[in-house]
Amino acid sequence: MKPTWQHKHLLGIQELSADEIVFLLDAAKAFKEVGERSVKKVPSLRGKTIINLFIEPSTRTRTSFELAAKRLSADVINITATSSSLVKGETLKDTALNLQALNADMIVIRHSAAGAPHFLAKFLKASVINAGDGAHEHPTQALLDAFTIREKRGRIQGLNVTILGDILYSRVARSNIWLLTKLGAHVTLAGPSTLVPRVFEEFGCRVTHDIEEAIRDADVINLLRIQHERQRKTMFPSIGEYTAMYGLNKDRFTRTKPDVLIMHPGPINRGVEIDSDIADSVRSVILEQVTNGLAVRMAVLFLCAGGKHED
Amino acid sequence: MKIKNGHVIDPANGIDEIRDICIAAGKIAAASDDNEVIDATGKLVVPGLIDMHVHLREPGRSDKETVETGTLCAARGGFTSVVCMPNTSPVADNTGTIAFIKQRTAHVNVFPTGAITKELKGEELAPIGSLKKAGIVAITDDGHCVQNNDLMRRAVEYAKMFDLPVLDHCQDYNLVADGVVHEGYWSNALGLRGWPATGEDVIVARNILLAELTDWCIHCQHITSARSVQLIREAKQRDVKISAEACPHHFTLTDECVKTYDTNFKMNPPLRTERDRQALLEGLADGTIEIIGSDHAPHCNYEKEVEFDVAPFGITGLETELALSLELVRKKLLTMPALIEKFTTKPATLLRLKKGTLSVGADADVTIIDPDFEWTYDVTQSASKSRNSPFHGWPLRGKALRTIIGGVTKFQ
Amino acid sequence: MDAAAITRALTRMAHEIDERNPDDAGIAFIGIRTHGVPLAQRLASILKHNFPTGELDITMHRDDIALRGAPVVGPSHVPFDVTGKTIVLVDDVLFTGRSIRAALDEITDFGRPKQIQLAVLIDRGHRELPIRPDYVGKNVPTALAERVTVRLTEVDGKDEVMIER
Repeated sequence: MKPTWQHKHLLGIQELSADEIVFLLDAAKAFKEVGERSVKKVPSLRGKTIINLFIEPSTRTRTSFELAAKRLSADVINITATSSSLVKGETLKDTALNLQALNADMIVIRHSAAGAPHFLAKFLKASVINAGDGAHEHPTQALLDAFTIREKRGRIQGLNVTILGDILYSRVARSNIWLLTKLGAHVTLAGPSTLVPRVFEEFGCRVTHDIEEAIRDADVINLLRIQHERQRKTMFPSIGEYTAMYGLNKDRFTRTKPDVLIMHPGPINRGVEIDSDIADSVRSVILEQVTNGLAVRMAVLFLCAGGKHED
Repeated sequence: MKIKNGHVIDPANGIDEIRDICIAAGKIAAASDDNEVIDATGKLVVPGLIDMHVHLREPGRSDKETVETGTLCAARGGFTSVVCMPNTSPVADNTGTIAFIKQRTAHVNVFPTGAITKELKGEELAPIGSLKKAGIVAITDDGHCVQNNDLMRRAVEYAKMFDLPVLDHCQDYNLVADGVVHEGYWSNALGLRGWPATGEDVIVARNILLAELTDWCIHCQHITSARSVQLIREAKQRDVKISAEACPHHFTLTDECVKTYDTNFKMNPPLRTERDRQALLEGLADGTIEIIGSDHAPHCNYEKEVEFDVAPFGITGLETELALSLELVRKKLLTMPALIEKFTTKPATLLRLKKGTLSVGADADVTIIDPDFEWTYDVTQSASKSRNSPFHGWPLRGKALRTIIGGVTKFQ
Repeated sequence: MDAAAITRALTRMAHEIDERNPDDAGIAFIGIRTHGVPLAQRLASILKHNFPTGELDITMHRDDIALRGAPVVGPSHVPFDVTGKTIVLVDDVLFTGRSIRAALDEITDFGRPKQIQLAVLIDRGHRELPIRPDYVGKNVPTALAERVTVRLTEVDGKDEVMIER
């Protein structure tokens, strides 16, 4: 059967098949080309109303989704936690129902509670797009990471991908783990034992607490931020100790493969998880990830807008 | 009335045979005092079932449940006595609240518990002696757990004076932190904060040691973890005064159920792995877990229909408890008398209730059960004010057909 | 139509394009994906003037996304400036005219052509929009229920036009 897209929602990578992921990544190529024209707009979602419901703050993801929607000619509204009625005690369900009363076609939601998009999808008629739910998933980040790898390397299967940092609380890590394993990459997770517990081996990954081992054979190194807001002080002694033991510094960088790709979901903490010079080096594709993120999000909005109703 | 020809199971008297039960003046008697005859052919006739773990929510949250609606659920579920928990508003740490509960309209016998500590804060002892006089049958901080081991020890020693068993919701606050589901594969896959089983085991171990130290009864409520079962089994072999209870949802469901983020699978303690569930079944089979209770915990729709992280813990359970427990007999893990014991003699003995038997002269609390009755649970028809059950739409086998209290039919 | 007939038609069309547009320097061909693309390339090569050719994917400009669902979308590739040029838009089958409308919208996003002319291999009738071709390979009246399939060597391995009922 020809690979195709039938989903109205994008709640996570877990629910997608490898074929569907590849289908979306191929579509994203077309949307990347739109961004290179002088008229960076197509009428595909003209007249559609897309609401960015960002209960958890984020400037870069929100901007990316906003621009993606606008380039598809949709009308976009941004609702952030502080500006919303949630502050006044309105429940998430009531907030969403109010938005539905405005005939919103798609709701892009970022929330600190895992499962919040799934919760909305149960009772909303609109498409629900997960822009990050707690520690659970950040599907568009994994998709843009995969797009970037494919663009640079032509494939995902068989590549050695190392994800380095705070895995336990990271939705970026989880979405990447699902996607990369579905597409046949060899995934290594590395970091301190309190943040990278062995239970992740049940997801088909190699787990190591030795950074040298983790980066030696990596074709791609995806660096995660150390998350201050979700991490408790009991998990790790200090930023200084993390940087010394797991930061990608110039010295360690000399022991990576010569054509390794350096990725990071951003925003980067220069001098913490990544040495400043490395972030700017030719091996770093961090800024391209941003460009690709826009293309991927356009593809997601475009395909989900055409998706059928799902149970 | 006379209950004719039923299969009578009365573990207290070792009865397991077809016979008639007669009731006169509200007591079990040698002969009945009127002409009412109930034909119980093909049905089980057992002492009125006791559920020693329910939340009736009054005083304070009568929007979720009242003593009246909660006990109606109990009667429909085949229960003639319930033991209600003290985490009400205000907390049942004062005689006024106990008196209030005792005078509410109820369809079944209600036995209140009192708090161990004032306001369940785990800092100062509640007035346990006065609460005993007011009519409590046990003390517990259920919903909370005394973390200070010295305070817990003193509470147990003090309760011993009043012949009051101590019931404990076993949870180490620091290990559990803000976990919302069992810590394991599923919490990891779903990005939800996990509640490690060790958070329960550590307190079970504490309770075993304190029961030994004080030589008094500590009852571990809603046990869920394989290790806890093992610790209790081993302690009982040494005749420590420790006991345990399990809830039907814990021995029926596992943590995989949470994968849809449905808050009707969110409770405290959480659903655990298949391995833990099997350990609970073994513990029920070999008597390590001697009591089954529902932990009936009603919540309003608007409270449960939220993001998983912020939903309150708990599900209702009185109406589905019997059918789910009968599965244990169908799966040949327990004989029928052994199962009935867990709802009759065991809780009655622990709590010193004059219930749970069909001896002549006992209160005529009787439940008539059709163990093969097939029905589908429709939560929209529940007697509870709340609808938070994960079993809606489940096909079930086994139902109480008639619940009799003091010789009066309260449900049929 | 068989392969020979297709070649004859394209040759005739190419000469018509040449006659109509004496200012050779300003012509460019844009083919609508999929089959319009090789047709555009063939027309350009018949005329031997190295006129630029481009490819247009009109999926993003369609008006029927919600109806069809699951569209396969690819990038467009127009490697020249359309402003001031005479664009010959090329497609295999002209039917309702909606694809052409989408293509016109998309081309104007790339710039402002001096003119857009339309060349189609087959016109099967049943227009739903006021769009008419400038160059037609063959007029084939059809019933709505029929399907017109164009196969080209570059895409399908052989040249033919079939009507299926």
